[in-house]
Amino acid sequence: MRNTLVLLPLVALIILVQILAGWTDSVFYLTQLTMSAYYALLIIGLCVVMGYAGQISLGHAGFFAIGGYLSAALTTRNLVPYHDNLLVKILDSAGFLLASQDVYGEPLLVVTPWAACIAAILTATLIAFVIGIPVLKLKGHYLAMATLGFGIIIFRVVLASAYFGEADGISGVPGFTLLPGLTVSGDFQSRAQNYYIAWAALLIGMLLLRHLIDSRVGRALRAIHSSPEAADSMGVDTARFKLYTFVLSAIFAALAGVLLTHYNGGIGPSEASVMKSVRYVAIVAVGGMANLWGALIMGVVLNFLSLRGVFGSYDDAVFGLILVLIMLFAPNGILSLHFGLLRQRIMMFCRKGPAEEAK
Amino acid sequence: MTLELFIQYLAAGITYGSIYAIVAIGFNIIYNTTGIINFAQGEFVMLGGMLSITLLDFLPLPLAIALAVALTMCIGAAIEIVFIRWLKNPGVLRMIIITIGLSILIREAALHIWGDNVRALPYFIGNEITSIPVLGARISPQVLWVIATCGLMVICLSLFFKATSVGREMRACAANRTAAILCGIDTKNMVTFSFILSAGIGALAGAVMSPITYTQYDIGTGLAIKGFTVAILGGLGNSPGAVAAGLLLGIIEAFSVSIVPLAFQDAIAIAILLVILFVRPHGLFGSSTTAGLKEY
Repeated sequence: MRNTLVLLPLVALIILVQILAGWTDSVFYLTQLTMSAYYALLIIGLCVVMGYAGQISLGHAGFFAIGGYLSAALTTRNLVPYHDNLLVKILDSAGFLLASQDVYGEPLLVVTPWAACIAAILTATLIAFVIGIPVLKLKGHYLAMATLGFGIIIFRVVLASAYFGEADGISGVPGFTLLPGLTVSGDFQSRAQNYYIAWAALLIGMLLLRHLIDSRVGRALRAIHSSPEAADSMGVDTARFKLYTFVLSAIFAALAGVLLTHYNGGIGPSEASVMKSVRYVAIVAVGGMANLWGALIMGVVLNFLSLRGVFGSYDDAVFGLILVLIMLFAPNGILSLHFGLLRQRIMMFCRKGPAEEAK
Repeated sequence: MTLELFIQYLAAGITYGSIYAIVAIGFNIIYNTTGIINFAQGEFVMLGGMLSITLLDFLPLPLAIALAVALTMCIGAAIEIVFIRWLKNPGVLRMIIITIGLSILIREAALHIWGDNVRALPYFIGNEITSIPVLGARISPQVLWVIATCGLMVICLSLFFKATSVGREMRACAANRTAAILCGIDTKNMVTFSFILSAGIGALAGAVMSPITYTQYDIGTGLAIKGFTVAILGGLGNSPGAVAAGLLLGIIEAFSVSIVPLAFQDAIAIAILLVILFVRPHGLFGSSTTAGLKEY
């Protein structure tokens, strides 16, 4: 209950921002806030993997891309030429396909957004499961490299296959009608509606994760983080808990990918790039690793600034700098900083030689 | 496959393989003294190439390369002194994130200094079309330069680690840090030294390979992944293993072109990396007992 109540001020803030944006005639901010919320959804999922289960993942942009690309490809690629295929016939009779006409009046047969969304998320879950079993046996550098390698493979695959649009990506993705009257799309009229959909998704995700952290699973995860051996000897099935959180975070990432792709009306290969994965890790680190609120706040703020183009051509450099500075001076995240602690760390940095020998 | 084609692929494989081996040895040197995998290793290679191309406007080729290598060594030293030396018992995760951040910073700095054009040093001897016939295949003299330089570096490094006192101190550091401190070895300086050394060999490889592979601000990540694959394949910290593994990966990649599309060439190296990590995390040539004692 406490977990749910904590979210109320945030709900108030979300509504306030929307009303303010309407009054001050700056509704365009809502677009970036919507996109930031979807990225933050991925980031809070990654936060559980990194902060609570203690496993680094440099491949989460890969899961985001699996979600985004699959739903984009399924809802735009015409299935008419394969009309006689048995699988297509089965899908059609099950109501998963949507017949319409394209702009030239040619018949168009595509998968419905709901079916595509479910297919995308199931695929991401399956891949996370299959990759996760061997990968999560690795530790430290090996784990970092293996997840990085996974991310690069996904990037290469979308960049090299015509089905995923190669370097151009996929555009013209239709809106995603969640419920009648509730559509995820980039329409200007439904900007406020989409803002609320995105934040509702983020809040539900947050609520879920907060309950997870406070449950038996959360306690097991914290035990794994502080000492895997001790957790093991207490009867915690470390491998299984690590795998579950990894798969859960992959689902979050894929869902964010699906929704953001429908919102933007397309997806490009840069969403799958390694730099994106590194950026998500950077944001979790800034937020304080094992701190869902930190991850959420930093996820929204930093993505918003980046999407507004505040950093200009130094965008990637800013995230690199953030990574280095946070890890050097505030490894517990920016929210954990007291002024005194920061000063002590900087002093240590300036007088490293003598200070260290004294200790 | 004809004999000529076979030799052509083999030469390409050995060339790339020796570059991967050098990057992997760079990883190993730092890993051995600190237990850190320096994710910015590939950036040293990029810097070596870029700096020598810039310096070539003012200096003759050998001097430009020498100065570029020296500058990269200074950058390596600066990185260690500013970002790593003063940290007390940093966790593995923290070190990974710091070196990743550094690699992004170096790459972005290079992007703003040199732009995103593809650049290259001129061929050391002759030009693009000069070639030496070998058993019917044609091989560029630059390929021989790369192979010879990398081979020489490996020999010099192994002599350095065996015969000089600094080299022996660095190995002592790798074997047992506490014992090394008790013997009066300044382990902190050894760490700085390992960064300098690995920056230097990376930069030299970057300069020599530049005419054939070209240099761009973002080649570092790809090289780091390949280099790491090789380092793992050969057993982390095991440099002769890295040479063998580097050549193996280079040759596999070169021959894979005749089977799979070029776009998936990188994916092959990574798939090998993943399989090796899953099946034999201590590498093809490493022993599982030693690996069990190491901190990853």
